[in-house]
Amino acid sequence: MADGSIGLWTVPLAVLGGAIRVSTPFLFVSLGECITERSGRINLGLEGTLVMGAMSAYGISYLSGSPWLGVLAAGITGAMLGALHAGICSLPRVNDVAVGIALMLFGTGLAFYLGKPLIEPTAPRLPAIDFGWWSDIPQLRAALRVNVLFLIGVALAPILYWAFRTTRWGLLIRTAGESSDAARAMGHSVLLIRLRATMVGGFLAGIGGSFLSLFYPGSWNEGLSSGQGITAVALVIFARWDPLLCLWASLAFGGAAALGPALQSVGVTSGYHLFNAAPYILTLAIMIITCSPKRTLTGAPAELSITR
Amino acid sequence: MDFGRISRRQLLQGGAALTLGAAVGARPAFAAETTIGFIYVGSRDDYGYNQAHAQGAAALKKIPGLKVIEEEKVPETDAVEKTIESMINLDGATLLFPTSFGYYNPHMVKMANKYPKLRFEHCGGLWSDKDPKNAGSYFGYIDEAQYISGIVAGYTSKSGKLGFVAAKPIPQVLRNINAFTLGARLANPKATTQVIFTGDWSMPVKEAEATNSLIDQGVDVLTCHVDGPKTMVENAARRGAMVCGYHTNQSALAPKAYLTGAEWNWEVLYPKFVKMIAAGEVIPNFYRGGLKEEVVKVSPYGEAVSAEARKHADDIKAKLAAGNYVIFQGPITDNKGNTVITAGTERSQQDPELEKMDYLVEGVLGATS
Repeated sequence: MADGSIGLWTVPLAVLGGAIRVSTPFLFVSLGECITERSGRINLGLEGTLVMGAMSAYGISYLSGSPWLGVLAAGITGAMLGALHAGICSLPRVNDVAVGIALMLFGTGLAFYLGKPLIEPTAPRLPAIDFGWWSDIPQLRAALRVNVLFLIGVALAPILYWAFRTTRWGLLIRTAGESSDAARAMGHSVLLIRLRATMVGGFLAGIGGSFLSLFYPGSWNEGLSSGQGITAVALVIFARWDPLLCLWASLAFGGAAALGPALQSVGVTSGYHLFNAAPYILTLAIMIITCSPKRTLTGAPAELSITR
Repeated sequence: MDFGRISRRQLLQGGAALTLGAAVGARPAFAAETTIGFIYVGSRDDYGYNQAHAQGAAALKKIPGLKVIEEEKVPETDAVEKTIESMINLDGATLLFPTSFGYYNPHMVKMANKYPKLRFEHCGGLWSDKDPKNAGSYFGYIDEAQYISGIVAGYTSKSGKLGFVAAKPIPQVLRNINAFTLGARLANPKATTQVIFTGDWSMPVKEAEATNSLIDQGVDVLTCHVDGPKTMVENAARRGAMVCGYHTNQSALAPKAYLTGAEWNWEVLYPKFVKMIAAGEVIPNFYRGGLKEEVVKVSPYGEAVSAEARKHADDIKAKLAAGNYVIFQGPITDNKGNTVITAGTERSQQDPELEKMDYLVEGVLGATS
């Protein structure tokens, strides 16, 4: 290793690094969508929220010089888009899936329009915490440069898991998601619960977007998301509406995204399209293994329009 | 619809005014306003392919009497036909630049047949004898500039390992990878280029992952052939690696890490085209050129480039600009050991064999499939 190369070790290291670097947007969007869907509504617009979040974070960070202000702006933008979705869905006879698709197109279109002057400038980025200080292998140190947002996301998953089970608002969200009649009987406004759940979901998705533009890959351009938001929404179904499974699924998707380039870099060059498709093959495989014609998806909120 | 003849006359008048203006020392001006339409497949400030064309359009805007209209993010579908029609019928465009590869057939060919008096110039080098005479397709031998980048990279790399983030294994991309590697091996015969294909033209996360994987393998100089090099340049510079740019000059993104780069030079070619039309000359339907014809250029060297590298690179650059240097000169073997260009064979730039390139030369680590 005199030449600084680590040979085949690149692959596991890249998958580890990828799991940390690439997974964060998946994690935030899927946790946000988990909250929204648990309340009985599906918000497909999070792809647009992710892109809007990325754009507004980059813009605010560039204008104010503070990336953290950018993260906050991304969250607020996301919450506003969430409120828009929930607001439209509160109207009678409105389909949440259709509204979600409309908002996805609206969010990406608006972000591209407003983000036009932001492609060239370089905004201040979020700092990284060096968890690899103990190692003298530069590759490992690079893989272990972790952003705080990733840690927040990792902490958020068990907190949400716990909150859904034991806290009052967690149970309320689940009640609204399982049976809106039950929630109404208890004297709660289902629409209000869903509004809040969608706003929180949008807030988290917006923060996921800020990670894309302010940390990794770390700049604003129009191809930035390349469908990660919509993948993360699908990931919630894949994770059975369980925040802890969302965490593992996000890590798996992040690692899988790094697999294709890493294998090519060590000389496994055949079938790179197949390796690039690894996350989707993984999804299909698990869907096939776990599906059953005899019952609905386990863990699916009963009020969700896809299961109802 | 007589836009064509009117504008041809206007352009001729413009040409006359230009000569007259030059004679009396005034600024050259077109007599009446001529409208030129530019169509981009992506965002025109992407630090890449589309920005290079937009810089060419910006050069035309400076010429008095020319009106430039632009539309970006036009997909390579019949959407481009609608854009062309609206530029012609609503804005009165008489010269059109649909700049993306996939615009050509059938879309631009169809429009050129429909408006035989207008001029269409496509970027990609696809014109053949069967196509309409008012259509043209130009392209640049940017592999010449990649060759120079390769020389600089070969001198600068300490590990002798270079990296190339590429989109798809098509002939144009392979030619760039091969020219870069051949250049690097002039400087350091043991240099290797590790190539990673991301699978598509704009995949920022994959490009960032590819960049990181290459650097993990010990690569210390990287270049790319994707639509927007910004991701690769920024991520490589963050990891402390050096970069060679592509499409346009990205030195502003990483001033210390930017060595040099292969750039398009549309801001020279487009005004040249307009002057040719104004002077009544015919633009060849199939127009190509490299450093000699000023269709491509090399970015100014960064501070990390050694004097030795500058000297060698400048020497080859001067030979290419004079037109007496051949990059693909036999014997050349591919990275599987087969001879692809036999000893004594010179494949100069115009050689159609080079357009069919489907191999990676010796020294490239990677495969085309």
